Amino acid sequence: MSRASFTTDSSSSESSTEPNADACSEQTRRTVLLGALVATACLGCSAQARADEDPPGSDERPQKGDVLVFSEGDKEGKLITAADLPAGGPPVHAWPKDPKTSVVRSASRLNEILIIRLDPAELDEKTAARAVDGIIAYSAICAHAGCPVTAWVKSDVGDKEVFKCMCHNSEYDPRAGAQVVFGPAPRRLAALPLALADGSLTVAGNFIGKVGGAQPG
Amino acid sequence: MNTSKTRKQFYLSGFVAFTCLVSTAAMAGPIESYSPVTAQRLENPEPSNWMLYRRTYDGHGYSPLEQINTSNVKNLTPVWTFATGVVEGHEAPPIVNNGVMFVATPMGQVIALNAKTGDEYWRYKRQLPDDLFQLHPTSRGVGLWEDKLFLATTDDHVVALDAKTGKVVWDTKVQDYKKGQYMTLMPLIVDGKVIVGGSGGEFGVRGYVAAYDAKDGKELWRTFTIPGEGEPGHETWQGDDWKNGGGSAWMTGNYDKETKTIYWGVGNAAPWPGETHPGDNLYTSSVLALDPNTGKIKTHHQYHQNDSWDWDEVEAPMLIDLQRDGRNIKSLVHPGRDAIFWVLERTPTKINYVAGWPFVSTDVWKGIEPESGKPIVDPAHKPVIGKRVEFCPSLWGGKDWPSAAYSQKTGLVYVPANENFCGGFTGEKVALKPGELWLGTKPEDIGLKTKPGADHFGELQAWDPATGKKVWQHNFPKSQLFGSVTATAGDLIFVGGTNDRNFRAFNAKTGELLWEQKTNSGIMGMPVSYEIDGTQYIAIQSGWGVDAQRIQDALVTNNIGIEANVPQGGVIWVFALKK
Ligand code: FES
Repeated sequence: MSRASFTTDSSSSESSTEPNADACSEQTRRTVLLGALVATACLGCSAQARADEDPPGSDERPQKGDVLVFSEGDKEGKLITAADLPAGGPPVHAWPKDPKTSVVRSASRLNEILIIRLDPAELDEKTAARAVDGIIAYSAICAHAGCPVTAWVKSDVGDKEVFKCMCHNSEYDPRAGAQVVFGPAPRRLAALPLALADGSLTVAGNFIGKVGGAQPG
Repeated sequence: MNTSKTRKQFYLSGFVAFTCLVSTAAMAGPIESYSPVTAQRLENPEPSNWMLYRRTYDGHGYSPLEQINTSNVKNLTPVWTFATGVVEGHEAPPIVNNGVMFVATPMGQVIALNAKTGDEYWRYKRQLPDDLFQLHPTSRGVGLWEDKLFLATTDDHVVALDAKTGKVVWDTKVQDYKKGQYMTLMPLIVDGKVIVGGSGGEFGVRGYVAAYDAKDGKELWRTFTIPGEGEPGHETWQGDDWKNGGGSAWMTGNYDKETKTIYWGVGNAAPWPGETHPGDNLYTSSVLALDPNTGKIKTHHQYHQNDSWDWDEVEAPMLIDLQRDGRNIKSLVHPGRDAIFWVLERTPTKINYVAGWPFVSTDVWKGIEPESGKPIVDPAHKPVIGKRVEFCPSLWGGKDWPSAAYSQKTGLVYVPANENFCGGFTGEKVALKPGELWLGTKPEDIGLKTKPGADHFGELQAWDPATGKKVWQHNFPKSQLFGSVTATAGDLIFVGGTNDRNFRAFNAKTGELLWEQKTNSGIMGMPVSYEIDGTQYIAIQSGWGVDAQRIQDALVTNNIGIEANVPQGGVIWVFALKK
């Protein structure tokens, strides 16, 4: 279209103010280190605030022995088995679930997990050591600014498929401990050790590495 | 009343408040003398200061200082720098009040500095929640009032700090960040009211502008940009679409002090494909005229209807007195993300369309209806459900949020534009999950393409808004232009915005490049100018990230020979003439 086709002339509350509760939930790590008393007071009050909404344990990080359930899609809430994981990806998005209380730990988005099955021959040594039948798990939260890592696409800088965070294009290679291959993320995704018992996946240990985005100070 | 509980709560909150102050204000030394900011000072700021987002309420981005001018700018040299300690997009103007500089950075940090020496007075670091989903990790600055300053945070609070010490005076939660509500704008301060607008259109929020009492953080009013049931404009939505209709208002407004009217830009409708929200969708992609005392909508103008391209029109229009067609027009000038350079007329009761023309090439619009000013859409380039649709310019539009400037001396408007970019996506119907991206397409399906054979991308343009004529243009062959523009009475135009890390000065009349300086990172911040003890300074934050980085990634992968990996990390740069 040409620019000339344009005429250049015309003829003519959801508000909620809770400063104290928020001051609590945003206590700094540094403050927590400053004094146990302060830390206790604040942790106590944020836990209490959350208790009204979420069942106990639902915001705790994955624990050894937790089972894994789908966090989205048609099978949301159902147990994930090895048979649910197609070889070569894409990853399945999961929440940990406490098998004793049946509480799904979905109260914190930092608990969302990516589980993928890859060719064991493609995995580097460290990653292979954590994998069961080529199945490996990582935090789904990008190490850059905390967006969810959603895509499994061909890398912008190579020919393999990678995890990609679409917020600012960080890419992670799950074959190599989710190391960063492109974009602004400063570090790899946290890994979650898995175990496989009777075809079902369970958590075998705590996250390895920091979960969540980078922050100053 | 249960006194013991009340007392316990009081002690607990007092204790918490105290510990928060200790944790956030790491003090190098308080400011000893400070000039309180008054309505009179904001309405008629001293030439030496930069206290509002665009220095003056009319949004011109113009400094009357002229010591640095076209003949001596070649002698401009750095006098001090200061590393902010964080990466990501540093978009805020350094705000200067009589020798004191306040700089907001990504991650909720404010640094107070001696504007002459670069020595630190104090630093506030907000501890953002670990689970915050930061799509736009940035801040566009702090507003000033009396002896306080105000920061809108990415976890959706407004925080008031003591300007002398950096201590928190009040902290008001605006909305819940877990639902995709966040803020990145510099608050607009009008007569003791701290006015902010919410981000989060891409999470399917209902946009709003809200005002807080500078004294205590009490909310005074909140006006939703998407009219609810019974409100005028509600009929432009169908069913429940309005509840999550987007229309976020994530940039600082401008203010007409004569008529006491705020002009605030409103973002696009959510999710992106217009088919998912049939109707004109007021007040998305519009400008609102608001009463700052009540938040009441006086009038509005919608730039384009039923947005489907992610074309936010959030940059507030500039208030310019124009002589056009023999008439004095109190105008609103807005080079739009929708690629149209809009000239409107503001009256106390109505906004009239005056003129509009594309300032970069576009295949979306066939023209503009002359009476109403409604652009006429070409349906072939309007995204739909289930089919990939391409359109030009790209999602980032002809000009995104980085500000244009107006020089009162040349009468020209200087636009940081992008040409030869197109975009596209396949629309799909997706259920809304609060707190998760809700674009109406797969994020990985969004594309930015360069036009085949394009010889440049970024354009610094100079337009005469009175005649609609382009006076000059400077092209950037290997880079986008993604940074705000500032004009000075020294007939200079300052801008960064390119991937080669340069900060530049141009001749305002001719467009001649007069000076450039390589900085640590890319610049997407806003240049400002101020004066202390007879010396004029130019200040800018260098720190690449967010959307400039996204476009850069697309340039790198478009295989057009642009490989620059722009380093990140923020530094405040201050320049003066070599003595
Ligand atoms: S949050 Fe993932 S790349 Fe920025």
